[in-house]
Amino acid sequence: MMETLLEVNGLKKHFPVSNPIPFKKSTQSVKAVDGVNFDVYQGETLGIVGESGCGKSTMARLVNQLIKPTDGSVIFKKQNLIDMPAEKLRQMRQKIQMVFQDPYASLDPRLKVGELIAEPLVIHQIGDRTSQKQRVEELLEIVGLNKRYADRYPHEFSGGQRQRINIARALTLNPELVICDEPVSALDVSVQAQVINLLNKLQQDFKLTYIFISHDLNVVRYMCDRIAVMYLGRIVEIGTFEEIYANPQHPYTKALFSAIPKESPFEEKERIILKGTVPSPLNPPSGCHFHERCPVAIDICKTKEPKMITKEKIHQTSCHLAD
Amino acid sequence: MSDPLLKVDNLHVEFKTGSIITRAVNGVTFELNEQENIGIVGESGSGKSVTATSILQLIPSPPAKVANGAIYFKGKNLLKLSSKEMRKIRGNEISMIFQDPSTSLNPVFTVGNQLIETIRAHKKVSKKQAKQKAISLLDLVGIPAPDKRIDMYPHEFSGGMRQRVMIAIALACDPEVLIADEPTTALDVTVQAQILNLMKELQERLGMSIIMITHDLGVVWETCDKLLVMYAGRVVESASVKDLYQQPLHPYTWGLLDSQISEGQNSAEPLASIPGSPPDLSYEIKGCPFVERCPYAQDICYQETPQLNETIQGHAVACHFQTSEHQLERKEREYSDGDAT
Repeated sequence: MMETLLEVNGLKKHFPVSNPIPFKKSTQSVKAVDGVNFDVYQGETLGIVGESGCGKSTMARLVNQLIKPTDGSVIFKKQNLIDMPAEKLRQMRQKIQMVFQDPYASLDPRLKVGELIAEPLVIHQIGDRTSQKQRVEELLEIVGLNKRYADRYPHEFSGGQRQRINIARALTLNPELVICDEPVSALDVSVQAQVINLLNKLQQDFKLTYIFISHDLNVVRYMCDRIAVMYLGRIVEIGTFEEIYANPQHPYTKALFSAIPKESPFEEKERIILKGTVPSPLNPPSGCHFHERCPVAIDICKTKEPKMITKEKIHQTSCHLAD
Repeated sequence: MSDPLLKVDNLHVEFKTGSIITRAVNGVTFELNEQENIGIVGESGSGKSVTATSILQLIPSPPAKVANGAIYFKGKNLLKLSSKEMRKIRGNEISMIFQDPSTSLNPVFTVGNQLIETIRAHKKVSKKQAKQKAISLLDLVGIPAPDKRIDMYPHEFSGGMRQRVMIAIALACDPEVLIADEPTTALDVTVQAQILNLMKELQERLGMSIIMITHDLGVVWETCDKLLVMYAGRVVESASVKDLYQQPLHPYTWGLLDSQISEGQNSAEPLASIPGSPPDLSYEIKGCPFVERCPYAQDICYQETPQLNETIQGHAVACHFQTSEHQLERKEREYSDGDAT
């Protein structure tokens, strides 16, 4: 078995909602992430899929401690990041980097590309001016950009190029884990393919581990070794892609896969169209969160939260009917 | 066959900003028949949305200007109509659904208000009748408890529900042509499946024609009969969806089809992509607009702009080397992780 790089146990994040009555304490909270467990192995790509609002991005931010969890632990290289002293956390964070979705919003328009890429080095006080400049040029070449671009501003670049700059920036400190939060969703198909190829090449060259968040199941199918399907703050199914794709156990996963658009005009597709919309995480349904929209729900689903059941060594699901 | 319902003829649209003229649409021609679904695909900046908004004259002018061409709807040239006449067609006979359902509804009015406004703008009906019609429209697009939902504000709806409201508004006056500009891009896959299903169902029931603008070929396979592939403000290929899938002719279309991720492909083999990026439309383009990115380019491609010619029955392509006499041999896929610019 591969070595475990990251271990997430019982992770929860509840955002308090302000009470409409002034000066009263808030009593309600949005349960954005509600008890999530998973492992990430060294060198793999774990895909996280689910609809908007299911807690994918909140979870990404919890993993690298951009926000503090309500409960649970995040163990990276055998050390718990929660309750770690600030200075030590800063050191650990060098090894966990992030690439964000919107390449237009995630680069400071007033910094030159060279300054943007060197910023992590400046913050962590690594090297002097000359060595930083060298590193920037090296990184630009790694991501397939001309090293002269260091003196230009972000607005001079196209979306795909900006995403390359973002990737270069994430690689500055030689991370081990890179969290990609919808890195290609904002790009055109032909450019998307270029960026995906780049991410794959970098993974091999630098032995990176990816957590890859996306709602595009085709991209996830191509990129990921294992996937976790999230619904309303919980993981409902986790395992290798082939296994889940061939043999989905959870009714939500089945519906999600059946919604992938056709690959050709000749394909006939059996669609499971879900009723209604995702319920509010403010008042999630009792028992199994999915029971209100589930086409096969039985009585127990309304009252009892299903546990994770291991179907195969490589495939776990939380559904009462999967037994 | 009778005249087409809508005919766009050699449309040129340019944007003038300062001394720079950007030619966003350069001679687009197509026909839309009754009860037909046409898809328009292309990368960002290829002129898809400008073409669509020009039909309804929704592009701000200035800076935009229709430099040349005509748009015939039931034999009338829409570009020659007065703004009053145009208003009778817009939202009534031709209507439009926009990409982002959260910004295209007015947040300070209830959805009922916005529906009733549309109905009363075009039909002489009482407020009460309009409200009845509005409720039945919300019901038609599958919004539960429409009599209650009609008094709610857009922020009380989810993304998918808002897009349903947009569709309800677009259908308010039983249009003959519905222009859908990336109607599902902002939505999740499961919701996208719901909305596309709904549109197909409504089309069968109401018998309208749809122009579907998208960059997602999956959506095209799902809904369209005919497809136009646009590049740099031109139509480079047009054919029936099945023909185009089985026998694509333009090198750009090949690239587009190859960049799609197919089943059984994994990260061991790199994805095909089109190197480089589209040309800057603020410069005069000499020759074929795709020439810089085309692996088959030869001297003539730099000199002359190819015209859209029908090579096979119903299948037109704009390429010097794809004619009925002579055909290109399609090369292996191109792989690239680099950036040509």
